[in-house]
Amino acid sequence: MGTTTYREAIRAALREALVKDARVFLMGEDVGKYGGSYAVSKGLLDEFGPERIRDTPLSESTFVGAGIGAALGGMRPIVEVMTVNFSLLALDQIVNNAATIRHMSGGQFSIPLVIRMATGAGRQLAAQHAHSLEGWYAHIPGIRIVTPATLEDARGMLWTALQDPDPVLLFEHQTLYNMEGTLADDAGPVDLDRAAVRRAGTDVTLITYGATLYKTLQAASTLAAEGTDAEVIDLRTLRPLDMTTILESVRKTHRAVVVDEGWKSGSLSAEIVARIVEQAFYDLDAPPARVCTAEVPIPYPKHLEDAALPQPPAIAVAARELVTRRV
Amino acid sequence: MSADPAAAPPSAVPAVSTSDRGLTPEHGLRLLHEMLRIRRFEEKCAELYSAGKIRGFLHLYIGEEAVAVGAMRALQPDDAVVATYREHGHALARGISMDRIMAEMYGKQEGCSRGRGGSMHVFDAHTRLYGGNAIVGGGLPIAVGLALADKLRHRPHVTACFFGDGAVAEGEFHESLNLAALWTLPVVFLCENNLYAMGTRLERAQSQTDLATKARSYRIPADPVDGMDVRAVEEAARRAVDAVRLGDGPIFLDLRTYRFRAHSMFDAELYRDKSEVEQWKQRDPIATLTTTLKDRGLATDELLAALEVAVSDEIDQAVQYAEDGAWEPVDDLLKDVYTPAEPRRGGPGGAA
Repeated sequence: MGTTTYREAIRAALREALVKDARVFLMGEDVGKYGGSYAVSKGLLDEFGPERIRDTPLSESTFVGAGIGAALGGMRPIVEVMTVNFSLLALDQIVNNAATIRHMSGGQFSIPLVIRMATGAGRQLAAQHAHSLEGWYAHIPGIRIVTPATLEDARGMLWTALQDPDPVLLFEHQTLYNMEGTLADDAGPVDLDRAAVRRAGTDVTLITYGATLYKTLQAASTLAAEGTDAEVIDLRTLRPLDMTTILESVRKTHRAVVVDEGWKSGSLSAEIVARIVEQAFYDLDAPPARVCTAEVPIPYPKHLEDAALPQPPAIAVAARELVTRRV
Repeated sequence: MSADPAAAPPSAVPAVSTSDRGLTPEHGLRLLHEMLRIRRFEEKCAELYSAGKIRGFLHLYIGEEAVAVGAMRALQPDDAVVATYREHGHALARGISMDRIMAEMYGKQEGCSRGRGGSMHVFDAHTRLYGGNAIVGGGLPIAVGLALADKLRHRPHVTACFFGDGAVAEGEFHESLNLAALWTLPVVFLCENNLYAMGTRLERAQSQTDLATKARSYRIPADPVDGMDVRAVEEAARRAVDAVRLGDGPIFLDLRTYRFRAHSMFDAELYRDKSEVEQWKQRDPIATLTTTLKDRGLATDELLAALEVAVSDEIDQAVQYAEDGAWEPVDDLLKDVYTPAEPRRGGPGGAA
C-alpha cells in the first residue's frame, strides 16, 4: 500500500498504457510541455517523447476527430479534452462520428478511442468551466460513459477502457484530482460493467457517481447517527447503467434517492428514477427522490456555487423524508 | 455572371493542362468507362428514386465525375479515402462493386454498409473508404487522424479527403488543414468546388473566393485544377499524391467543377440560372473526353456504343442484385451499436 492522489493514479494508468501498448498515444491541449492543465500528464512528455505525448492546437473538434481517425487507422488514442464544457466544440465528432460509424457502416469499423475530460463544479470556475454534462453524453447510443470516483477506479478504468473496441468517455471530477489515499501496490485494471455498493445499508438507497459520492457518504454518516442505515451506490458507468445493482438495492431498501451534479430536467437522474419506477414500482415504499444541481448556470461566488450544488445536508433531508414517510 | 475569378467561365481556370500528351486508347477508354458508370448509375438512381425504390436524401454527382475518377486513379489500394454524402462516384471509382452500392441505395443488407447508411453513408473496409460523411466538414478531422495513424505506424499510405466548397466555411476545415500541416501528415485535401454550398454561391459565403489562398495560408501547397477535365485531375492528383507520399505534408487541390443536377431530389434550383447550367454543360467531362477520343481516332462509334452497352448491363445487374437483396431482420436492429464481445474480424480499424 502506498499513499497517492487521484491525479497520480490516472498518471500511473496513462504510463502503464503507454508502456504496455505501442499503439497508445495521448493528445490534447497542453498535455505535453505544460504537463496537463490539471497536471495529470506531467512528466510523460520527457518519458515518452513528443510522438506519443502530443500537444495540440486549441481545435477540439479536429483533435477529437483525429482521435477517431487514428483509432480507425489501428491506433489506441487517448484524447484529453480540458473540460467537459470545451468538449461541446467536439460534439459533432463525438455524437455524429464516434457514436455512429460502427452502426452506420454495418459493423465494418470499430473506434477504440478513449476521451478523458474534467467535469464538475466546486472550484469557483463559474459557468463555462464547471458544468456536469456527462449525463448528456449518456444519452447517446454507441459510446460508453465512465466516471471514476475512487483511487482504484482512477488507476484501473483507463486500461479497461482502452481494451473496449468502442469509444469510451472518461469523466474526471475536477475536485478529485488532489484527493489523497492509499492504493494497493498491485492496483490495476478494473471492470467497467458493474456499479459498486460503497456503503451497505438497509433503509434507503442513495445512488450517485463521481465526486458527489463523498458528499453522499457524508450524508449517510449523518443518517447513521440518527439510526437510518443508508446504502450508497457508486454508478461508476453511466452508460450502460447497471440496473441490476440498482434494482437489487432498491428491492431491499424500498426507497431511492438519486444524487447528481447534473440538472434535473431531461437528465440522468430522471432516467434512473424512471427505470426504478418502471421496473420496481411495487417494491417502493415511497416515491423516489432526487438531489441535483439547481437549474442555474454555475455561479462564481462560493456561497452561491455551494447553494447550487447537491450538499450533504440536502441529501440527508431527502433520505430522511423517504424513511419517515409512512404509506 | 459576376466578375469574380471563382465565377469565371471554366475555360479561364488556370488548370494543369494535359490535353495533348500521351493518351492511349486503353487509358482514355478506361477513364471514359469509369465516368460513364457513375453517370448512368446515378441516372438510374434518380429514376429509382422517383419509383420509390431509393428513399431518404439522394445527392447526385452528375457533372462532377471527372473529379472522383481522376483522383482515384492516383491512389494505391492501401490508401484511405474519406468522402462526403455525394459519394456514389467515389465508391464506384474506388472499385466497390456496383451491386453492393446499389443494394446500399435500396437499404438491403447486401449493401456495402449492410443497408444501414443508404446513399449518404457508403463505407467499405476492403478499399478503406471511411464514408460517406453527411456532416459538412466532419470528415476532415477523421482524414487527419487516419493520416496520423499511418505516420505513427510508419506506413507509406496517403489519405485522400474529399469535401466541397461548402466545407471550407466550417471551422473543422481550418482546424484540420492547420493540424495536418503542423504535423506534416500525408493528406491530400481534394476540394470539389462546384461553386455552391447547397444553394449558396461561393461569393455569398466566402470573403476570399480563391480557396487555394486559404490553404496556402496554412503553408499547404495548393493549386486550382480544371475539375471538368479528367486527365487534368488525374495528373494533378498523381503529382499531389506522390508528393504527399514522400512525407512532406499535405497538399490541397481546388478542383473546379459543377453539379449539373439539383443539390438533392428536393431542390427547385431557385438560386441559379438555367443558362449557367447550360454553359457548364458545354464542358461536360464525359462529352469532352468522348470528343477527344474520337477526334484522335482513339475510339470508334462502335467501341463507344459497346461501352454504353457494357455499362447498361452492369447497371441492370446491380438493380437486379438490389431487388433480390434481403431486408435486414428487425431482430438485428440493435446489432453493431457496440462491438460484440467476441469481435468479428473487421476492417483495418479497431475490430482487428
